[in-house]
Amino acid sequence: MMVRIDLWWLPRAFVLGLLAFVIFGPLTNLVLWTVAEKWYFPHMLPLEYGVSFWQRVFSPRGNAMESLGTSVLIATLTVIASLALAIPAGYALSRLKLPFRGLILLAFLIPQAFPNLPVYVNIARFFYQIGLNGTIPGVVMVHVTHGLVFAVWIATAAFSAVEIDLEDAARSIGAGPIQAFRDVTLPLAAPGLMASAIFVFLESLDEFTGSYFVGAPDVTTLPLLLYTAGAGGNYQIASITALLLLVPSIGFMLVVERFLRADVLSKVGH
Amino acid sequence: MALSAFLKVENISVGYGATTVLDKLDLGIGKGEFVALLGSSGCGKTTLLRTIAGFAKPFVGSIQVAGRDVTQMPPDKRGMALVFQSYALWPHMTVAQNIGYGLKLQKRPRGDIEARVTEMQNLLGLSGLGNRKPGQLSGGQRQRVALGRALAIDPEILLLDEPLSNLDARIRLTVRHEIRSLQKRLGITAIHVTHDREEAMVMADRIVIMNAGRIEQQGTPEEVYNKPASPFVAAFMGAENLLSMRAKLQSDQIELVEGEFNAAAVTPQSGRALTSGAVDVRFRAEAARLARSGDRTVLDPGALELRGQVASVSYPGGHWRHAVRLGDHEILVDANSPFDQGETVKVRIPAEALFIFNTAAATADAQPH
Repeated sequence: MMVRIDLWWLPRAFVLGLLAFVIFGPLTNLVLWTVAEKWYFPHMLPLEYGVSFWQRVFSPRGNAMESLGTSVLIATLTVIASLALAIPAGYALSRLKLPFRGLILLAFLIPQAFPNLPVYVNIARFFYQIGLNGTIPGVVMVHVTHGLVFAVWIATAAFSAVEIDLEDAARSIGAGPIQAFRDVTLPLAAPGLMASAIFVFLESLDEFTGSYFVGAPDVTTLPLLLYTAGAGGNYQIASITALLLLVPSIGFMLVVERFLRADVLSKVGH
Repeated sequence: MALSAFLKVENISVGYGATTVLDKLDLGIGKGEFVALLGSSGCGKTTLLRTIAGFAKPFVGSIQVAGRDVTQMPPDKRGMALVFQSYALWPHMTVAQNIGYGLKLQKRPRGDIEARVTEMQNLLGLSGLGNRKPGQLSGGQRQRVALGRALAIDPEILLLDEPLSNLDARIRLTVRHEIRSLQKRLGITAIHVTHDREEAMVMADRIVIMNAGRIEQQGTPEEVYNKPASPFVAAFMGAENLLSMRAKLQSDQIELVEGEFNAAAVTPQSGRALTSGAVDVRFRAEAARLARSGDRTVLDPGALELRGQVASVSYPGGHWRHAVRLGDHEILVDANSPFDQGETVKVRIPAEALFIFNTAAATADAQPH
C-alpha cells in the first residue's frame, strides 16, 4: 500500500510554525523576563532564575498594586459612563428613523480619525485650565471619548437585533414604554451590551497616550507604570506589569467571544 | 349599521410620511363579533389593525371603544391584545412567564397569576409545557402561547395579525376552528387580518374586503361570496373567469348582446346597479356547467351559454377542470366527467352565478395594451 504524502503540508506547516513563533515568541520572552534574575547578551536564556522582582512589584512600596487599582477604577468608571451614554444612544439609533443615521454613527469615529497626540496635547492644555488635569475624572473623560465608538456601535447593533415586534407585543398587553424596554428589550440586548462593556473596559485598561498627557504624574495607571519601568531599563518590572495587563484581556476576550452572537455582529455599523 | 358599534373607526386616514395607506375609512364592529379583514398584501388591512391597536397614528379621524375615544391613547392603555404574525414570543422567558407577563403588569397576586396561567395552558392544550422556552416549541404550540398571552389579560378586543400564515397547511385547518370556537366560548370581540379567503369565510361572522386602502365590501361570508359588489370582490372571491360583453337594460332585465361566442341572453337585473354599454361578466369555474355541442337540453331561464373548444383538461381532485378556449382567451370550467381535448362544448352559466359590472372606462384606458 502506498502512503501518499500531500506535499502541500510542507509550506502550510512552515507558515503555521512561523505564525506561532510570531505570536508566542515575544510572549515566551516576556514570561522568561518575569522570572529572570540575571540575563544579558549574548546568552540565549537567563543566567539566574528567581522571583525577587515579583516580590518587589507586589511589595507594599512597589507601585504595581496601586496602579492596578487605579487602572481598574478608571476602567470601571469608563464602562459606566460609556454605557450610560451608549444605551440611550444605541437604542435611539436602532429604533428611530433618524435622519443621517449613518453620519451620526460615523461621528463617533472622529476621535479615532485624528492623530492621538495633538488631540491629547490640546485636551491636556484645556483640562489644565479647568483643573481636570491629573485627576481621575479627567482620565475617565478621555477614555470615554475613546471607548464610546465601540460602545455605541455595538449597542446599536445589539438593539437592532431585538425585533420591534417583541417590544410591541409587550406594549399591546399593557406594558408602558419603560416597562417594555426593561422587561423585553434590555434583557435581550444584554449580551451585546455586555460585550461592548468588556471592549470599553479593555480599551481603558490598555490606554496609554491620553492617560499620559492628562493623568501623569498624579494618576499612575498600569500602562504608565509599564512605560516608566521599560524606559528605566527594568525589563523584569515591565514584563511583570505587562503580564498583569494581559490576564484580564485574555480572560475577557474569551467571555466576549461567547457573548457576541453572529446576529449582533452582522448588524454592527448598519 | 343597525348594530350599535362597540368599536367605532370613523373617517380615519393613516399613512407613513407622504404616502397615505388608508383614506377616510369607516368601520364599526359589534361586541362579541368576529370580523375578518380580507385583502391582498399592501391593501392596508394590517395598517388598519395596527392603527386600531395604537401602533400607527391616524392623520385624522377617531377610534372609539365602547364610547370612549382611544385615538390618542398609547397601545398599552387601550384594553386590546394583539397576536403577531411572527408570534413575537419573548425568547428569554418561559411559556408560563410569557402568558403571565400581562397579569404581572397588572400587579395581580402571584397565586392569581399562576391560576390564570394554568387555566390558559389547559384551555390551549399547553399543559406541562410551562417551563419550556419558546425555542423548544413547535410552530403550532408557539402560536397557541401567543394566543394565550393575549387572552390571559382578558382583553376587550382581540386583534389577530395573520396568526395562521406561518403554520403548516394541515395544522392551520384545525387551528382555524380552535380559534373560532374559543372566541365564541369566551364571547370576545375579535378582528382577524388575513389574505386567505377560505380562512376568513370559515372563521368570521363578517368579512371586510379591503383594496387599495378602502373597504370594497363588507358582509357575511355568504353575502360577499354570492353578491360581490365590485369586480374586485368578485375576482377576490374566486370568480376569476372574465368575459367582455355589451349589455342593454330593458325595464328590470339585462340583455347580454349576441357576440362571437354567445347567443343573446336575457337575465333578471335583480338589484344590480348597471347602465347599458360595455360590461365585464365574471363567474366561477365551479358555477358553470359543461355540455356537449349536441346537447339539446333546454337552457335554464336567464342563463348564459357560450361555445368554445376544450384546450386542456386536468384533475385537481373531486372534479375535472377544463380550460375552454374562446377565440384568443381561455376560461376555466369544472365538470364531473372529463371532456376530450379539442371537443367543441357549450358552457352554461346560471343566472345567479353571473356577476355583471359596467366596464370601468378609466381602468380600461389605463391598460398598457
